[in-house]
Amino acid sequence: MSSWPRYRDDAAANEPAVTLDAFLDQPEAVAVRIEPDADVRVLVPHLSRLKLIEIAFPAYRDGRGYSAARILREAGYTGELRAEGDVLLDQIAFMRRCGFDSFAPAVPLDAKAAEAAMARWPHAYQRAADAQPPIWALRHG
Amino acid sequence: MYRYDQYDQAMVDARVAEFRDQVERRLSGAMTEDQFKPLRLMNGLYLQLHAYMLRVAIPYGTLSSTQMRALADIARKYDKGYAHFTTRQNVQYNWIQLKETPDLLADLARVEMHAIQTSGNCIRNISSDQFAGVAGDEVIDPRPHAELLRQWSSFHPEFSFLPRKFKIAVIASDADRAAMRLHDIGIRIVRRDGVLGAQVFAGGGMGRTPMIAPEIRDFVPEDQMVSYCEAILRVYNRHGRRDNKYKARIKILVHETGADKFREEVEAEFAHMQPLDLDPPRAELARIKAFFAPPEYAAIEDGYDTSDPDFRIWAETNLFPHKQPGYAAATISLKPVGGIPGDASAEQMDIVADLAARYSMDEVRVTHAQNLVLPNVRQDRLYALWQELDAAGLAPANLDRASDIIACPGLDYCSLANARSIPIAQEVAKRLAPIEREVGALQIKMSGCINACGHHHAGHIGVLGVDKKGVESYQLLLGGSAAEDVSLAKITGPGFDERGIVDAIETVTSVYRDAREGDERFLDTYRRLGMAPFKEALYDKA
Ligand code: SF4
Repeated sequence: MSSWPRYRDDAAANEPAVTLDAFLDQPEAVAVRIEPDADVRVLVPHLSRLKLIEIAFPAYRDGRGYSAARILREAGYTGELRAEGDVLLDQIAFMRRCGFDSFAPAVPLDAKAAEAAMARWPHAYQRAADAQPPIWALRHG
Repeated sequence: MYRYDQYDQAMVDARVAEFRDQVERRLSGAMTEDQFKPLRLMNGLYLQLHAYMLRVAIPYGTLSSTQMRALADIARKYDKGYAHFTTRQNVQYNWIQLKETPDLLADLARVEMHAIQTSGNCIRNISSDQFAGVAGDEVIDPRPHAELLRQWSSFHPEFSFLPRKFKIAVIASDADRAAMRLHDIGIRIVRRDGVLGAQVFAGGGMGRTPMIAPEIRDFVPEDQMVSYCEAILRVYNRHGRRDNKYKARIKILVHETGADKFREEVEAEFAHMQPLDLDPPRAELARIKAFFAPPEYAAIEDGYDTSDPDFRIWAETNLFPHKQPGYAAATISLKPVGGIPGDASAEQMDIVADLAARYSMDEVRVTHAQNLVLPNVRQDRLYALWQELDAAGLAPANLDRASDIIACPGLDYCSLANARSIPIAQEVAKRLAPIEREVGALQIKMSGCINACGHHHAGHIGVLGVDKKGVESYQLLLGGSAAEDVSLAKITGPGFDERGIVDAIETVTSVYRDAREGDERFLDTYRRLGMAPFKEALYDKA
């Protein structure tokens, strides 16, 4: 499955994302799909073999996937982290900050509007999973 | 007072630009109301019974004269000349046009204000003690800690789609004037062995299932307070219920998990977060604290002339002792008998702004009881201040008295309401005002539905509007408190109609007047005697 926008230079994983249960059973699997109620910490021992983790957003209001993404990045995951489903224009900047680097919105985003949304915030107040220094770091060098 | 630097201003300006863009997309039809709704809610814009309502954040309830004047201008320019101060120290405008909101937000941004996160399932405006910085009983002014949390929680990328809204209060004294333990997170700044830190409570709240927040941590050093809150929010975001909107607040999670188990989860997350460098450095808190340094007080002594009896009554009722000798904090009651609790006209707001500039070192506070405070008044100028307040209709001498009623907007404005609360509050105030000095401290709180925006669970006397087969009906509750002696009020029994509820409140007040011992408050008498004598007087009249 292709995704857009994508903020990675490597080639997208071709392998299909399997369910968490299937992934834990299949030592050769490299792509997994995470539902909102899953505990992503069970993936931590397996991160080095993973190329793609797809986090499902069945409804934009369900914000569990934001925590899941940050937890994976905090655990050192460097592969593709994709937000799939009810992913809206006005959310992708926050998702990027939580560590998502590719998006598969159920309703495709308008390219120009997505670019504008990503460029909207000049700074951030808090540290998250991206490289952006928080405002307090800018203030105190 | 805190002032924005270029970063704060840039963030607020970006929000205004974003919302302008979103409103344009909505008005042009590029976006449906369904798609627009979550976006406008992020900006405090609700669709009410008759128009849009906009809620503006007043962080920890502190305003400058300039900001108060700007709020008055907004009331004139975009509303019908009124504003409404809320139980969360915010201000609401009830008659707003969608197409004008971007300009309104731009006007706010010019005076370093915003409507960010005043609605939606995110971390809301941080509230605090209205006497922060001037109360003699505080360990330290809690507002810098509240400001630190305001910045941390603003546009938080992980916590903008929580199971439900999330409210935080920060205080710094044993006395609780901010209903701290009825918040999702309640923080008390304490000093232990010379070190400042936060005592943390979580899982309090009102609404349909009121809960008093249990202590989650006795002490976390102030420079780890942000990451501790982050840990609580992450546990809540991951595990809070999302299957039922009425069970989605953190209080239900804490209650269902149990405080001990919840604490374990938070502690594990907190430990995990320590290497992540999430806490701002000490220098940042020091930077913020510098904005709240005490003003230049004059070296004067306590004491003022009380020969005018009307002034004396006001001074005895509406003043709060100041930590600086020769000064006082004066509450401006927004509860004139027959008025709408918490409402102020644009003219009154201009007057308050002007009085704050001339009498109170440029500061105004908003209280969770929907009143205003001039925190820094010289005692030798209190009489002059009172005369000006009185001339403007702003000198009701009723702080914490029977007519100082907290009431939500109810059926007059709110689309969720079951019953009217404002007219009931007006009737009760009229009925009890003549005896309120003799009755003494009495907190009456009214909500127009079970959502409890009027804090009825926390009233010495609470009133809850319910819909009984299409007829407005009112339940009576007794024995609640939002202060350090926090407790939840209990329902007396069957409800009353509109006239009956006013009579019922008068009845329970009479029971108290007959039964009180010494200088007991209504609440103390209720706690000593229990519900029985009140119930008897209410229902056994036959
Ligand atoms: S308590 Fe109910 S009626 Fe009153 S403001 Fe809240 S939602 Fe509306």
